[in-house]
Amino acid sequence: MSKNKTLLANLQQRFGDKLSKTIDALGEITVEINAADIIEVCIALRDEFQFSMLIDLCGVDYSQYGESNWQPEASSTGFSRALNSTLMQAKTDNSQRFAVVYHLLSTANNQRLRLRAWMNESPPRMATVNPIWNSANWYEREAFDLFGILFNDHPDLRRILTDYGFNGHPFCKDFPLTGDVQMRYDAQQGRVVYEPNEVEQRVQIPRVIR
Amino acid sequence: MSEIRNYTLNFGPQHPAAHGVLRLILEMDGEVIERADPHIGLLHRATEKLAEHKTFNQALPYMDRLDYVSMMCNEHAYVMAIEKMLGIQVPIRAQYIRVLFDEITRILNHLMWIGTHGLDVGAMTLFLYAFREREDLMDCYEAVSGARMHAAYYRVGGVYRDLPDSMPHYKPSQWHNAQQVKENNANRQGSLLDFIDDFCRRFPTYVDEYETLLTDNRIWKQRLVGIGVVSPERAQQLGFTGPMLRGSGIAWDLRKKQPYEVYADMDFDIPIGKNGDSYDRYLVRMAEMRESCKIMKQCVDWLKVNNGAVMVDDLKVAPPKRQAVKEDMEALIHHFKLFTEGYCVPESEFYAAVEHPKGEFGIYLVSDGANKPYRLKIRAPGFAHLAAMDEMTRGHMLSDVVTVIGTQDIVFGEIDR
Repeated sequence: MSKNKTLLANLQQRFGDKLSKTIDALGEITVEINAADIIEVCIALRDEFQFSMLIDLCGVDYSQYGESNWQPEASSTGFSRALNSTLMQAKTDNSQRFAVVYHLLSTANNQRLRLRAWMNESPPRMATVNPIWNSANWYEREAFDLFGILFNDHPDLRRILTDYGFNGHPFCKDFPLTGDVQMRYDAQQGRVVYEPNEVEQRVQIPRVIR
Repeated sequence: MSEIRNYTLNFGPQHPAAHGVLRLILEMDGEVIERADPHIGLLHRATEKLAEHKTFNQALPYMDRLDYVSMMCNEHAYVMAIEKMLGIQVPIRAQYIRVLFDEITRILNHLMWIGTHGLDVGAMTLFLYAFREREDLMDCYEAVSGARMHAAYYRVGGVYRDLPDSMPHYKPSQWHNAQQVKENNANRQGSLLDFIDDFCRRFPTYVDEYETLLTDNRIWKQRLVGIGVVSPERAQQLGFTGPMLRGSGIAWDLRKKQPYEVYADMDFDIPIGKNGDSYDRYLVRMAEMRESCKIMKQCVDWLKVNNGAVMVDDLKVAPPKRQAVKEDMEALIHHFKLFTEGYCVPESEFYAAVEHPKGEFGIYLVSDGANKPYRLKIRAPGFAHLAAMDEMTRGHMLSDVVTVIGTQDIVFGEIDR
């Protein structure tokens, strides 16, 4: 993949210290930047590196990255028994918790690039790339809806996937899989009512890292 | 003279032309759309979050339920991502089977699209024809996987099992006598490959039939030509992929540009449009069905003469043979661990994209080394297309909204996820 190496070298030459980390793995290039540089870097990527398409944009919550429900006893080669089961706790401090991941595509050069921008604020804030690639509009709404990432200057930052009047940001790692509320039709009131969830959250298959 | 006011129209979510659960808020000036605001999420099931709480294999059947008219292509992107992260090389026969079923899926999807698109615009007959052919292809799905739609046939490391030697037959019933059944079973006497071979021979004439009904049809052209025009530059800006991008004249197809499996060995063409309107996208998809048929034929010819494994020989990801589980302790342990704990994927991230019938379907997978995905993001082509609904319908009439929904090939399973 010399094409990737060339791109990586060009990116490093163009952006220098703005790239806090570069990864070249599995035939894909990932570059990491700080949230403050996002607009400048994206405009350059579009205009100078011909990344004409924003294929995907998503939020990632890294607060439980590398955690598992129980620690395996022995090596990575054999199987071992579960010793302790622990419920995972989300990190409380928000530094380096949320990132926005951009997947760019250049149809002219037939090349892809992954861009990861970290946020340190609480709530997480990021500048919108909607003016640079118009496809970002709904992707950013989705990231806001699911992770609570606020996109500054976004033209229409509303919830998109969750219910009208939904509370919380469901894809954060500290949001329970079963949700907070359940709904049913109440015959007396003649409408659908929301009630606190009675479903107990349990771990069916423990998460384990070998 | 009466005063004409702007008003807001609520279209859907229970409207037959909304293709599922699309709710559109249309701001109209008379009959002209001034602004379209799609409300989505009525079919949101949080597939990505559910997958984070399941092992890699357990989350596979969710993929069928994303775009529920092109099931196997969804699975394909998912297994490709995991295989790449595990560093697995899929056996060549399994690659051919995957390509074969990807193309069957593409025809399935396009038949569904032309049927419903035609129905929305007013061509009733086509719907019945398209579903007649879909029945044959769903029988192929059923023959390999046992399920007509939600197949879960592609597995990490290959496919679930090899192609069967026989096709299921129709049986006489109170509605079909022995003579009719015999006629219906005429092309089902051989193996599945013989049946697909026969289908590939028949199918181009079927596409001719559809084209006779539509391509030069005056009403069809009046409803489609010049509706929802997207320029090549705008199409890229809006993140269009697949036939939506090719309809605007950009020859971009992942099967050619970034070939996966054995697409590099296949001989086929990429049809592109010229004007970027709904009619061109119609022509592109019709031509794509013919190209898919060509690819299927090539796969069938290869598969008929080449045998081999369809699953990797690695008990950490592929289940052992049933007989081995009964006789061999080691196999039993592997079987138990694989179906309870699953396998751990090394810490890495990967974005796998396939040329799905609707566009680029991508799976962005982040693993922290555990037996479950840390984050799974599904890049659904329809999401970007529907986001452009406002731009594509602005200034058009209300009836053209239905055409644009049809031409975008909307399926809510993938958009809402």
